[in-house]
Parts: sequence; C-alpha cells; structure tokens
Amino acid sequence: MQQLANWAMETAKRRGATYSDVRVMDVRLRDISTKNGEVGALAESQSLGIGIRVIASGAWGFASTDRLTREGVEACAAEAVAIAKASALAKLENVALAPEHAHVDTWQNPFLKDPFRIPVERQMDLLLAADKEMRRVKGVTVAEGSMSFRRIEQLFASTAGSSIHQIKMQSGAGIVATSFAGTEIQKRSYPNSFGGQHMLQGYELVESLDLVGNAARIAEEAVALHSAAQCPEGQRTIILGSSQLGLQIHESIGHPIELDRVLGMEANFAGMSFLTVDKLRKLKYGSDIVNVVADARLAHGPGLGTFAYDDEGVAAQCTPIITSGLFTGYLSNRETAAAIGEKRSNGTMRCESWNRLPIIRMTNISLNPGTWKYDDLIADTDDAILMETNRSWSIDDRRYHFQFSTEIGWEIKGGKKTRMIKNPSYSGITTEFWNSCDAICSRDHWTLWGTPNCGKGQPMQTMGTGHGAAPTRFRNVKVGVAFAK
Amino acid sequence: MTRATNKKSSGAKGARFTAAELERIGARIFKLSRADETEVEITSESSALTRFANNTIHQNVAEGTLSISVRAVVDGRTARASTNKTDEESLRRVVEAAASLARNEPENPHLLPMLRAQKYQKVARFFPVTAAATPQDRARAVARVCKMAEKNKQTAAGIFSSGSAQSMLANSKGLFARHEQTRAEFSVTILEENSSGWAKSNSPDIRVIHPDALAESASRKAAASRQPRELPPGHYTAILEPPAVLDLVGFLFYDFAGTAVLDKRSCLTGRMEKKIFGENITIWDDAYHPLQSGAPYDGEGVPRQKVLLVDRGAPKNLVYARSTAKKMKAKPTGHGFSLPNEYGEAPMNLVFAGGDRSVDEMVRSTERGILVTRLWYIREVDPYEKVLTGMTRDGTFLVENGRVAGGIRNFRFNQSIIEMLAHVEMLGPAVRAAGEESFEMVVPAMKVRDFHFSEVTKF
Repeated sequence: MQQLANWAMETAKRRGATYSDVRVMDVRLRDISTKNGEVGALAESQSLGIGIRVIASGAWGFASTDRLTREGVEACAAEAVAIAKASALAKLENVALAPEHAHVDTWQNPFLKDPFRIPVERQMDLLLAADKEMRRVKGVTVAEGSMSFRRIEQLFASTAGSSIHQIKMQSGAGIVATSFAGTEIQKRSYPNSFGGQHMLQGYELVESLDLVGNAARIAEEAVALHSAAQCPEGQRTIILGSSQLGLQIHESIGHPIELDRVLGMEANFAGMSFLTVDKLRKLKYGSDIVNVVADARLAHGPGLGTFAYDDEGVAAQCTPIITSGLFTGYLSNRETAAAIGEKRSNGTMRCESWNRLPIIRMTNISLNPGTWKYDDLIADTDDAILMETNRSWSIDDRRYHFQFSTEIGWEIKGGKKTRMIKNPSYSGITTEFWNSCDAICSRDHWTLWGTPNCGKGQPMQTMGTGHGAAPTRFRNVKVGVAFAK
Repeated sequence: MTRATNKKSSGAKGARFTAAELERIGARIFKLSRADETEVEITSESSALTRFANNTIHQNVAEGTLSISVRAVVDGRTARASTNKTDEESLRRVVEAAASLARNEPENPHLLPMLRAQKYQKVARFFPVTAAATPQDRARAVARVCKMAEKNKQTAAGIFSSGSAQSMLANSKGLFARHEQTRAEFSVTILEENSSGWAKSNSPDIRVIHPDALAESASRKAAASRQPRELPPGHYTAILEPPAVLDLVGFLFYDFAGTAVLDKRSCLTGRMEKKIFGENITIWDDAYHPLQSGAPYDGEGVPRQKVLLVDRGAPKNLVYARSTAKKMKAKPTGHGFSLPNEYGEAPMNLVFAGGDRSVDEMVRSTERGILVTRLWYIREVDPYEKVLTGMTRDGTFLVENGRVAGGIRNFRFNQSIIEMLAHVEMLGPAVRAAGEESFEMVVPAMKVRDFHFSEVTKF
C-alpha cells in the first residue's frame, strides 16, 4: 500500500501539487438477509483502490482508481492535479490547511471473533431461527432478519510525512416483524431499526444481542399495536428510549455542528445550519444537564465513529459540543478550523471508500449519561408517553424543525408504565426541545448506538456514526402531529 | 449549453473498459466456474463531479470504477460475490466465493433456472459529447454561474457532474445483454440573506443541460422570496413544481411491486382496480420513453416491458420479477432486481400522462395557495395510507388572487399521497424531473387542493 501511495504523491508533486494525501483502502463486505423463512440476500464483495487528493494552483483536486499498477496510479495522480488546476478557474482564494503533525502509526480496533471466519451457514441459521420465532406469532405477515459485516483496511499517507495503517472491523445485526391488518401496517424492530445494532466489533456483537430470545416479543408487539390506543395530540411530557434519542442527537445536534454545513459548503444538497459561528460559546443549546461530546477515541466505546486517525491524518479527539447546556464546539477539518479561531482540526474527516473525498462527518456524538435510574425516572413521571425505536425521521435543511415517529409507545400514568400507544410521534424546534430536557438516565442505561446509513456529500457518501444515549425525559413537547388530519 | 472543448484533458471519459474487454472478462469467469449455473454482471464506470459553494469550486472529483459480480447456482441455491480486480487470482476467488456461499445456504424452493438468450429493444443513451466533458468545461460553466451570483449580490452553491457507464449481463445459459449510458447533471442553489432558490436538470445528453438558465431561474426565486413571512399551518391549495411532485410520488414506486403486495406491505393491498386517485391520474412504467434512462433489461436479463400501472385513477397492474410472477400467476414484466434479493422488483421508469396547463396558469387560477419549488427530507409516516412528512425548501411562495405574492417561511407537511393524487385540479406537461429523494421520472407540475402543511419552521 505504501508503494502505491508513494507513486501517487511523487507524481502529484512532479505535476505541480503543493500538497497531496492518499488513501489506499481495501473494503470487504458480507451481507446476509432472510425473509419469511428463506434467504433474502447473500453476498460478499471486495473493493480495493486508491483516492488521491491534491492542492495545485491553490485549489483542490481529487481522483480515484482501482487500476493499481504504477501506470494506473500515476495517471490517477496526474488527473487529480489537472482537476485541481481546473478548480482554480473558479477560485476566490488559495486553500490553506491548519497544521498537523506527521503521524506514523498502526491501529486496529479490538474484536474477539472475526465475522468473516464464522461460517455463513451458522450466521444464516441464527437469522432463520429468529425468523421462525417471529412467524410463530399469529398476525405477523413479514419476518425479516439481517447481518452485515465490514472489514476496512486502509493506509493514509501524506506529503507532510504521515503514514497511518488502520484496520476497522464492523458488525451489525437486527430483526423486524411486520403485521398488516385492516388498513394498517405496524412493525417492530430489535434491537433497533436501520438493520439493528452496529458497532466496531466482531461477531461477538451479534451473539450478545440474543436475536432469537427477543423475536417472539417484538412479533407480539407488532400484532398488538393494531389494537393499541392512538397517540394523542397536544403538548405532553415524553420519555425517549435510548435508540430513538440516538437518532434525535444525530439529526438535531450532530448535523448542525458540521462546520462545512455552517460555512455553506453543503448548501445545495444536505443543507446548512442554524448554528452560525457567532453562536459558539453563546447559545444555550440545552438545559443545564445536557452535556454532549464528539468523541472518536476508543475510550468512548467501539462506535461506528471510532478510529485512531481521521481520513485527513488527524488523531482522534474528544470535543465538548454542549457543556452544561452551552454550545461549545463544532466538527471541523484542517481547512475550516481557522473559521472558528481554532489552530487545529478536531479530526472529523471521513470517507466512505477509496473512491470518495473525505468530508466532515460525525464521529461518536453522544449525550453524556445523567444520574437517574430508569425505574426511578418512570416512577417520578406522572403523565407522559414513552416512545421507543425510530419509525420515521425528518428535519429541515437548517436543522431547526424536526418530526419523528417511533414504532411503539407506552403511556406513563402516575409513575407507572401502562397501556401501549400506537403511531407515536413528536415534533419541535431543536433548541426549544433540548432546553426542555429535565432528566437523563445513568451510565447503566446508556448504549452507544450505531447509525449505519448517514448520507451526505455530492457524490453521495454513506457513513456510520455512533450515538451514546440513555432514556431521557423532555417536558412540554408537541405530540401526535404526524397523524393529525 | 455546455460544450466539450478539450478532449485531451482528464475528467470523465468514456467508460474505462470497452464492451469487448468486459466480454473477455466474462468469458474468463465462465471458464473458471464449476457451478451448475453462472451469471456475470460487469459494470465499468467513469464519473466526475465539480462542486461549488460560496461562489467558488471547493470540491472537484473524478473516479474510475469496475464491478465484477458473479452469481452462482449450486444444487438449487444461489449467492453472489463481487470484486473490482481483473487478475486471474481475483477472478478465481470471486467465482469460488459465490459458489461457496451458495453451497452453505438452504435450498431455495422458488429459484428458477437462469434465463436463456433474449432479444432487447435498442435504446440510445450514450452521448459521446457527455462522455468527453472535461473538468475545464464544468469549471467554466460554474465560473459563469458564480460570477452571475456575485453580480446579483447572491451566493451560489451546487454541482455539475458528467460520466459514463458500460455494463453487461450474461449467464451460462447463453443470455447476453449490454448497455451503455452517459449521465450529466447540474444543480444550483442561489442564496440571499434570508431566502434561496433552486433548480436542477439531469440527462444522458449534456447538451440539454443549461447551467446559466438554471442558475438564473434559481436566482429569480431567491430574489422573489426575500423577507419571507410566516403563515399559519393548515390545508392549502398547493402548486407543486415537477421536482416536488417527483420526490412525493417517488415514494409510491415500490407499492407497485408484486412482492410488496404479496407481503402486504403495499398501499395497494386490497385497492387494485379501485378508483383511489383522480380520473386525471394515469401512470406507466416505460423504460423506452424518450425522457427516461436506464437499461432495457432487468437484474436477471428479462426485457423490460411497458406497463400501465394506473389507468384514470385506478391501479391496474403490478410489475413482477420471474419468481414473483410464478408465485402470483402472472407474467414477468422485466422489473426484477439482481438475485438473490428479498425485495423482488419495482418499476424504475415511471411516466405520468400529464396535462397541458402551465405553472403560470395554475398560479393565475388560484385565489390563495402555496407554490412549492422543491421538498426535502421526505419520510414515510404511515405506509398504508401513504402519509409522508417532509419540508418545503429553496423557494416557497404565497399565491394570492392569481399572482405570486412573496416568499413564506418553509412548511412541514404530513400528507397522504393517495389523497393528494385524488385532489389534483390541474396537471402540467410531464417532464423529466430531478429531485433529491427519488430517481429521475417523467412527471408533471400539479395543482392540488387541501394539501396539509402541518407546522412551520424558522426560515
């Protein structure tokens, strides 16, 4: 891999680049799915290639190829330089990068069981066993299960002298029961929607989920939802389960703090952000108990946003995003750090694969645990709706107004979880919502959820992000709008 | 109009492998395979994208990719493996991986023998002028757009992309299909302090993409929506421009899959042949329509058929992959996905019948309503009633007494698409529309009564 990188950087320099960095990536995937007792998808793939980013004539260029001969790599590097020179035709000022030390390092996330060494037959058997349990429940019309595994080996090298070799092993699995009755489709997913739980772990993650043991429960819940009470409309107290809160963090904190959005670079597609730079260290983002970090370090947990170095060669860091309710940090890169008066990137540049340019992405954006035991939180709540497992999600292009609905809800009355609620939904304005937060459960109830499907960039890139969250209570939230006539 | 001017420069070129080279790779795979049946799908693609924001190019990329995907059938079981390497060892590994995965799964009772050779209708979707577009071509167009924005004291952001792909699908029973296509796209957002406008166009032929005209349209919208006022949420007459229509009706496409109805996850379950939409709604799936793109065959090599999905308000037909057709006692329509998969099929080339009213006529005929340029972050709230939520974006206007009366703050909507298509009062001509939530389709602008805007945001 280093030889390929050297060919690329030497050619780029010879063609006039003042800086170049290179990602050689070998991505291996295995995807398995089942539906109603049969195998759905069963596929493996491997993709190896090189992405070369250069600055020439003061502007950016990027080219990628999977033709990994010396000739192929050098042609690709020359193409990147030519593209940079074309970029200079519409340039206002030269690209400037915040300094970063050269790093020479090797890193691999720890895992116990290589999922690619587990026989496919065993993985399928597990999904089919869970499938069978779900279909035992009368009223289930579709039972589905899936597993996905990713092994990403990559070398980052730059003309600043970095050479960083990383291997990331990622696993994910989940099941879904769907029930159609009358004029209604209801579904329940376990342990989460979006294909379940995903982490930077080996097959031990799948074994820890107990898919078979939870299959009958979610199937029964999917069927029971048909006869549950409809979510009411009005202003209510809500408690969000940790996976739903993870997505709430993703959409209403994670995306608005991306500095490229804030600076207008995503205006055409992903949108911009209400968090203009004048709000840094001034905006009361949430209530005093709200503390959010962007933490890519392994110490935070094996999340989908965990790594040792980002794809710009910057070491993983922990950045305080919201501190006792105050907005304190953005996600930056080497190009944008100066815009908020920082001297160094906080290390959030990530690319989907070798053929994509690194862009600012969430790492692990997590709400720090609070102090409440879950049972105490329920007991302390007189009248609320507990909402669990995301079903639909939407937020405006500046990240002010959101609407979420979840698969299932439960009425909380007089400190007790009572009847099931169907079609729960809530909506609000980001900062009003986070300022209404009055109770967060403790570390014992905190889970680092993986969101594997975050889309951003043109051409589109899909990235995995991590979101640590525990069940959390919010007051005076608008509920039921999604189904209002 | 954008012209290719410098063919010596780098950027998106013709696909990296010729058709003959792809065939040779396929032949090597068939020679290596010991499976009962073998299918090979190979795609070679070159693409490039110039991205601009804040009136400057900030990202500019090109890629060349190859995908070699092998499906093996062993003892009534099937699986797929893919690689992007063409050396003998990599091809041997991918062939073995597909067969090994297949051997380790349970027998599939619905698996059909691979298809024999088919005849395909020709489609002309490769335009050399698109394949030859260079970074300089794209940068010059972007520079003009940025200068226009600067002159108007506005800010431009967007993309200009071009590329080409060459693909083949063949199997050991003698089926052979080939498709080549180019693609160009320009999308622009023009921003002012408290308003914005947007326009986008997409075609296999770069000569029909007009960046300057699109930017001028977006610029006018940004200027016309300055100082947006806040309106109360409620049910309004909505005039939806084609991109807004596309991103809503795009959510319907999978409902026409035989598998979706079989699984009872389609909103058409129990509603076929019933007049659930208005008399003015007729929808085809037509891969051969002159404004459509894509291959004339599906994931198994079945020739795509033109299918009447909705006839004057009533859903008439579904689309079927081969195995779904057998289960549902229907004929395959050429809409299946590559096997193995759990979704079956879907119509990918929707074409609405359209009408003859212009957006201006729709505005003139409206006493009070909302004109919508584009929608954003649309998600399904209720899959059976087909309630979708999402936001308006980049040019939302109040229409009063037959004229556009200024910009308004963006709305959230929660709207059943079934109800919406029952409430269409006027239709424009169907055009190839490009949005962000759906692949491109041929859809009209629509004037719709009682569209439910449920909440309003801060800008």
